[in-house]
Amino acid sequence: MNAEASGINAARYIGERVLRKEDPRLLTGRGQFVDDISLPGMLHCAFARSMIARGRILSIDTAAARDVPGVHAVYTAEDLAKVSFTMHTFFMVPTSVKTPTLAEDHVAYVGEPLALVIADSRYIAEDAASLIEVEYEEEEPVVTLADAKSGPPVHPELENNIAGQMGDEDVDDELEAALNGAAHCMTQRVIHQRVSQSPMETRGVLATRDGPEELTLYITCQSPHAVARWVSLALGLPQAAIRVIAKDVGGAFGLKNHPWKEESSVIIAAMLFGRPLKWIEDRYENLTTANPAREQDITLRIAFDGEGRLVASHSEYDLNNGAYPQAVDEGMAAQMFLWSAYKLPAYGFLTRGWYTNTTGLAAYRGPWAMETLVRETALDKAARAMGIDPVELRRRNLVSLADQPTTSVLGLPLEDITPAECLEKLVGNFDVAAFRKEQAEARGQGRYLGLGIAAYIEPTASAGTMGVMTGELAQVRIEPTGKVTATMSTHSQGHGTATTMAQVIADRLGVPYEDVTVFEGDNSRGGFGPGAAGSRQGVIAGGAAIRASEMLADKVKALAAHLLNASPDNIVIAEGMIHVEGAPEMSRSLGEIAGIAYGEPDRLPPDLGTGLEIQYRYQPPPMTFTSAAHACVVEVDAETGFVKILRWISSEDCGTVINPAVVEGQISGGLAQAIGMVLLEEMPVDERGNPTAATYKDYLLPAVSDIPEFEFLHANTPSKSIGGMRGVGEGGAIIGPPTLVNAIADALSPFGEIDVLELPLTPSKILGIIEGRDIAGTEARREAPAAATQESAPAAEPAASSEPAAAPAPAAETKIDGDWKMLMKTPMGDQEMTGHFETSGSAVSGYLASPEGNQDFAGTVEGNVVKFDLKVEKPMKITLKYNLTFEGDSVSGKVKLGMLGSAKLSGERI
Amino acid sequence: MSDHHIELTINGRRHVADVEGRMTLADMLRDDAGYTGVHLGCEHGVCGACTVIVDGRAVRSCLMLAAQADGAEVTTVEGLAEPDGTLHPVQQAMREEHALQCGFCTPGVVMTLAALTGGNEKPTEEALLGALSGHICRCTGYQGIRRAAKRLAAGTAGAAA
Ligand code: FES
Ligand code: FES
Repeated sequence: MNAEASGINAARYIGERVLRKEDPRLLTGRGQFVDDISLPGMLHCAFARSMIARGRILSIDTAAARDVPGVHAVYTAEDLAKVSFTMHTFFMVPTSVKTPTLAEDHVAYVGEPLALVIADSRYIAEDAASLIEVEYEEEEPVVTLADAKSGPPVHPELENNIAGQMGDEDVDDELEAALNGAAHCMTQRVIHQRVSQSPMETRGVLATRDGPEELTLYITCQSPHAVARWVSLALGLPQAAIRVIAKDVGGAFGLKNHPWKEESSVIIAAMLFGRPLKWIEDRYENLTTANPAREQDITLRIAFDGEGRLVASHSEYDLNNGAYPQAVDEGMAAQMFLWSAYKLPAYGFLTRGWYTNTTGLAAYRGPWAMETLVRETALDKAARAMGIDPVELRRRNLVSLADQPTTSVLGLPLEDITPAECLEKLVGNFDVAAFRKEQAEARGQGRYLGLGIAAYIEPTASAGTMGVMTGELAQVRIEPTGKVTATMSTHSQGHGTATTMAQVIADRLGVPYEDVTVFEGDNSRGGFGPGAAGSRQGVIAGGAAIRASEMLADKVKALAAHLLNASPDNIVIAEGMIHVEGAPEMSRSLGEIAGIAYGEPDRLPPDLGTGLEIQYRYQPPPMTFTSAAHACVVEVDAETGFVKILRWISSEDCGTVINPAVVEGQISGGLAQAIGMVLLEEMPVDERGNPTAATYKDYLLPAVSDIPEFEFLHANTPSKSIGGMRGVGEGGAIIGPPTLVNAIADALSPFGEIDVLELPLTPSKILGIIEGRDIAGTEARREAPAAATQESAPAAEPAASSEPAAAPAPAAETKIDGDWKMLMKTPMGDQEMTGHFETSGSAVSGYLASPEGNQDFAGTVEGNVVKFDLKVEKPMKITLKYNLTFEGDSVSGKVKLGMLGSAKLSGERI
Repeated sequence: MSDHHIELTINGRRHVADVEGRMTLADMLRDDAGYTGVHLGCEHGVCGACTVIVDGRAVRSCLMLAAQADGAEVTTVEGLAEPDGTLHPVQQAMREEHALQCGFCTPGVVMTLAALTGGNEKPTEEALLGALSGHICRCTGYQGIRRAAKRLAAGTAGAAA
């Protein structure tokens, strides 16, 4: 099945529930989190923040703050401007809208940092920060998605609030006909609340200047290598000038990919002030001003034939990106994976990210999770409407192993996904018929039980498709003592990579697990790795560790064979001993051989270098899919609206499992976050843009009493990557929400459908469904802004659709020939290029020049409309279809990006 | 701001400090005494990460002032294991049940369980789980924490140690 993967035969540690290496330290208070570090001369920072969501800054008065005893300095944007600093996105390119560290002349969200106080203690710094007086000229904020569509641009340099857009503004005629003509067509709308990632350790940094061009950062992050790269780009310093240390991190979940406004301000301040500066975010700041996640609104239409087979589907998806997102999210990833595991012939979409005057969006475990939520809840709704069992409906439509290789409706190649097989395994271990009987009996007694089932696939271990998603490096050494150390490009925020990587190395090298120590968490050791992002480390770094260990074992065997006068094929390494097959008296300890390898070069074979050290960077397949199906049983109390989760079963295929306890821990953590999103968590923002959940008494996180015991079924279809692992970090947070929603909807089905799924499903919302009235006031709230949008929609319309659709007026005057400077807005950011056009009759030819190089094209001209196609390889193989309209000295138009939808282009004559 | 001279015992050792009236016990333990195993997850009494044992009872050290601990006997997570490194039964149970990932909430969970299981009376599983519902763990989904609590209630923890 898996030619590339090294057969994990006779595994000694891979697959074992070994105890974690990290735990003795962490259980005894010897962890090293950022706030645990103190340096001589260190001072503390606190921020003064904007009290309004939008307005001009008229003045900032810092005099009273400076007067507080113990305050050393107060910096505003003007002071920080002495150091040139460019904020970058997660993709390591400059942000598409200029993102200041401290606000310059205007503020764009409540809580935006305005000034930084440096003081002897955090107590004094916070005292002083509260004395900073700011005068504003307040403006009407754009807060909701509806506001964004009709309101003035959040960033005045832009023409509207669209941060990114893909897909088609008009539904394709054929698709519309397929939807309308189908036997069944249904619509599902999901409104996802804004949530906080809420790692238990808040954000924080300790920055200190070492030497003229050097900077050391202790920072809570997802990869010290990524932080060093990001900061070096932001400052324009060599990456080697930035040392980043993050030994232990108290969770991150997408919030801590790279520094943002606060950490950056502290870094610049430390360079200016010349003493070590520490900032530790408090929970109030974390809840209200750290980059949140989600806040999305999607409407999905699905059509089925008379047999319940998918015919066509369309979705319109909006995402609130806030004012300064860490990377623009227009929702393309969700679109890409929405139907990837299902046999759907036709799909169209429009997906847009919007700027608002709220805190900028960041990632959160499974940032594209909406695709599974909307699809799986819609399928259950459709199953009820069509009178088909939900498991049966999925059976008819899921891609099974027998269907592969195949490609998804958006062109994603599928070779080894197993959602259908996971589902069969799941229902093989859960008696659905018996449950239905129990459910019917319970209903007779006024008890409402529900069963929810969901299936999905997840893209994991992505590498090479985006510049920042690289392979991983393993550097493995057998020390002269015979003990093994490995320096990995990985980073753990609880993932346990020091354990799983040691398991893999011990296994493949033939040494005891206890003899292997893994180092990570410091960019001065080990090579680049993007860290915990995209469920990748176990797969890619695991593969790197396997290959490096095997290469090292080969070197040991070659040396031992030479020393012991045996053939390398007869040498076996086991439990740290080297044996010659059939000659037990010749056994040597690894330490003995290692001592010779390092210290007695004369005894080595001539072509074998000294030492026992290997490094290997593994570049895996571009993507590895994980599949799963989950089931959950709930009881809904019809009197109170409370949901009790009675049972939860996960049937997951994550390939080779390195450590089941770690894998189950990842799934469980994600499921708990899913349960939080469905039932409890919400960061409300009021109409003035104030985030109103300021403590953990307002922002409800699940406690042990909210989370059931999870049951696990592991299917282990090895992947194509070395070792056969598949990523498992995000899955629980992706498949958990629809599984639970489906169970609740099933329990509530005697009362009717959940019309619009608006999370979280609080007891008052559930009572509203039971009693058929708007108890929670959600519908009333939803209607109000929606009406406002409709009224103002015409005003917004011209901006959104002014250019390409309108039939071009014959403009004989317009000269196309010559050079044009053009800008294309793509999901990966703005792309600048120069276009050279030469027309001859109805033909046109020329080239597009960009920093990546020149590409020639040939196409057609009709009036002032030019059309041509270009094939590109990156980020994937697609054909770009240009449709440009020239008018006077300006050009505008649309570029169809194959399955990625379309991008807008505008430009002018040079 | 009033200053207070306090003397207390931390993990069996005498500690003397002069603290501002507003300084929390948590900050004093971390910054003055160096017990950084005391973690601050919320600083407003909800998450439980800062839990320490004061005179035998589990206390949220972010809600108690250092000055209030004058004369008290305080145990932090650093004070639980034997001097030779042998883990406390609570720590051992947590380790064997994979009850932690990032380890940030862990010291608080350990201290609550240690306070409740440290006396002569054996607490029930319900009592332990009830107390744990005041601790937030964002990583684990509580699976291992619950199993560890069950083992401690059943008195089987540490048996394998
Ligand atoms: S830090 Fe004390 S309860 Fe959260
Ligand atoms: S282990 Fe990370 S918060 Fe509990």
